[in-house]
Amino acid sequence: MTLTDTRRGERSSATPDGRPPRVLSFSQRLSRWDLKISPYLYISPFFIMFAVVGLFPIAYTAVISFMDWDLVRNSGEFIGFDQYVWILTQPHFWTALRNTFSIFLLSSIPQLILAIFIAAVLDRNIRAKTFWRMSVLIPFVVAPVAVGLIFNAMFADQSGLINSWLSVVGLGPVPWHVEPFWSHVAIATMVNYRWMGYNALILLAAMQAVNRDFYEAATVDGAGPIRQFFSITLPSLKPTLIFVIITSTIGGLQIFDEPRMFDQFGRGGAGQQWLTITLYLYDIGWGQWNFGRAAAMAWILFIIILGIGLINLLITRNLVRDEGLRSETSKQQRREQAKAAKKNVKEAGR
Amino acid sequence: MKSRALRRIGLIAGVATTSAIVLAGCSGGGEDPGDETEGETTLTIATFNDFGYTDDLLAEFTAETGIKVVHNKAATSNDARANFFQKLGKTGLADVEAVEVDWFTEMMQYSDLLAPVPDDLKGRWLDWKETAATDADGNLVAYGTDIGPQAVCYRADLFEAAGLPTDREEVAELFPTWDAFFDVADSYVEATGTPFIDSANSVLQGLVNQLDIAYEEPDGTIVATENPDIRAAYDTVVDRAVPISAYAGQWSEDWYASMAGGEFAAMLCPPWMHGIIAGEAPDVTGWDIANAFPEGGGNWGGSYLVVPENGANVEAAQQLADWLTSPETQIKAFNNAGTFPSQPEAQESADLTGYVNEFFNDAPSGQIGIDRANAITVSTFKGPQYFQFHDALQNAVTRVFDGLEDKETAWNTWVTEVSAF
Repeated sequence: MTLTDTRRGERSSATPDGRPPRVLSFSQRLSRWDLKISPYLYISPFFIMFAVVGLFPIAYTAVISFMDWDLVRNSGEFIGFDQYVWILTQPHFWTALRNTFSIFLLSSIPQLILAIFIAAVLDRNIRAKTFWRMSVLIPFVVAPVAVGLIFNAMFADQSGLINSWLSVVGLGPVPWHVEPFWSHVAIATMVNYRWMGYNALILLAAMQAVNRDFYEAATVDGAGPIRQFFSITLPSLKPTLIFVIITSTIGGLQIFDEPRMFDQFGRGGAGQQWLTITLYLYDIGWGQWNFGRAAAMAWILFIIILGIGLINLLITRNLVRDEGLRSETSKQQRREQAKAAKKNVKEAGR
Repeated sequence: MKSRALRRIGLIAGVATTSAIVLAGCSGGGEDPGDETEGETTLTIATFNDFGYTDDLLAEFTAETGIKVVHNKAATSNDARANFFQKLGKTGLADVEAVEVDWFTEMMQYSDLLAPVPDDLKGRWLDWKETAATDADGNLVAYGTDIGPQAVCYRADLFEAAGLPTDREEVAELFPTWDAFFDVADSYVEATGTPFIDSANSVLQGLVNQLDIAYEEPDGTIVATENPDIRAAYDTVVDRAVPISAYAGQWSEDWYASMAGGEFAAMLCPPWMHGIIAGEAPDVTGWDIANAFPEGGGNWGGSYLVVPENGANVEAAQQLADWLTSPETQIKAFNNAGTFPSQPEAQESADLTGYVNEFFNDAPSGQIGIDRANAITVSTFKGPQYFQFHDALQNAVTRVFDGLEDKETAWNTWVTEVSAF
């Protein structure tokens, strides 16, 4: 019996000369496994969680979407693309799509403009900075359902606070629960109330990172605060703005709490004035117990979000091209420069 | 050496964490369905809103039988509905579950998953209450709790101001038919310029609950859009109820505020509505109840108890449901929460016949409820999709009320919607 050789350097020499295979002690084997396997175990919790609560439901939804599913008996009949066809031929679906985008635009655009404005104000040298900065986050702490309840009372057509304010000012009462446009405005107000401060703080953080020398130089050059804002602050915010836009797009397409709390039934109004896609999905699934259709609807929503995501990505790429750089060089040139630099480093290393 | 030991600990920790998460993920649904230890049984009962089943009442059952009862209360009937259908056919339902009439017909599709009511209890309930709970095979599957025999609640002070009679006997004579009802309403609106009744959709509810067949025939044929009775009800509501109503539907912020402000003069009210009016409009005086409902009687609301067949203690659960829906217990529940009993025998009790509601100008609401319940002759057949059809028709009325669509357009939209179900 030869001695087991475990020294590193000589390991490679063991081969065809008829030596018996090396035997490793258990602890050695363990430490080898440790090296190979443990990194995967360390990262596995996320992937296992994702597989259980993410991947499996997604796949299961896809299967159910091709079936006429009975939730109670847990059985279904395969019917192909019928559910998808049904959804796409529903006038309600297209109304919901229109409403979702309308509410999304009505909330995102004013919200971003106001958030930038608030951030710019908070960025100034004011007293009790932290107090003001923290204050803008307070609405974000309130639960969306609570926001919905309170705003629902305020936006009531007859007894609401907002309509009585409007009539004090001399404007007639607005039919918040009747006209689609006004219902979207009311819902967008709830969304804005909740998310404006959050976005303002993110933008404020980005503003603080802008090099103060730029402002000094601009002041020396004679630029006023407004010129400075448009020529220095805004361009520097670009990457952060892109992040904010993408997150609010995803949130906007999934809007649910606010329209659901907008009236007592939570089904989007008698004329589907504020029916959104997720609200419709919920109603098909948990109102009508038609899980086949709801599953098909979920996949259609998934595809819509995917499409919007791709568009976002394309726009983002174009915007990010000159991010943070004031040089005249193009991306192509910069790449070549980087290559040359790498080469230099390699050669220097030799 | 030290680093290796640490790494090994890390490995073990990693495995432990992972398996813990996996195990946690798997062990969710397996709840203990009532433990049986040496003859002592614990039952669970799930209700919603307020059935009047107080802890004291349930303690009486425990004292009689030695069976403990755990009571789970959902906030709303919708929550209870979601929970019920998610777990029916699987596990996790309470031993006794409460079901509201609104989604009762949906549930009747799965009557085979429920334990039938023992034969000797048949005949305990009002005929139509029992008929609705009997499935195609002739099995009675649910224990009736309360019903909602409708009367007309009215504001005596507003009636007086409009030159209408105020005495409850005289008012009752004003409403023999729907036509008479709308004529009175029209003259009230003309005299005062304010709405007569709270909502147009509650009139629709009242009309549909007087039909033999609503949207589906018992054999499953959908007749919603062809049923002339439904079209007639819709026409009546749009032509006559919309102009005299304050709101399209009930339960909105405005509706509550308007009730508290006393802006309308009458409501169609089942007994469970009395508590809502008294609670929401405590400062409005002058409410009274007329012992009348246009064209006889109508039922609105009410509940059942059911026993899921795959429960752990079906027999004990049946015993509990039996006890809770017995005439004596129902009277106690009525005293606790005003839920009007569906058992003819309970309606002979002095507690009920002598019941007087202070808020409604001392109206004998117990006796009125009994009279209105006896006036109910029709049990509307409501198919499994009743809720969807009716909800969509209510939306059509609301669209007309809001001026979004005219009468014909709203009807056609409804027809399109119905054909998609």
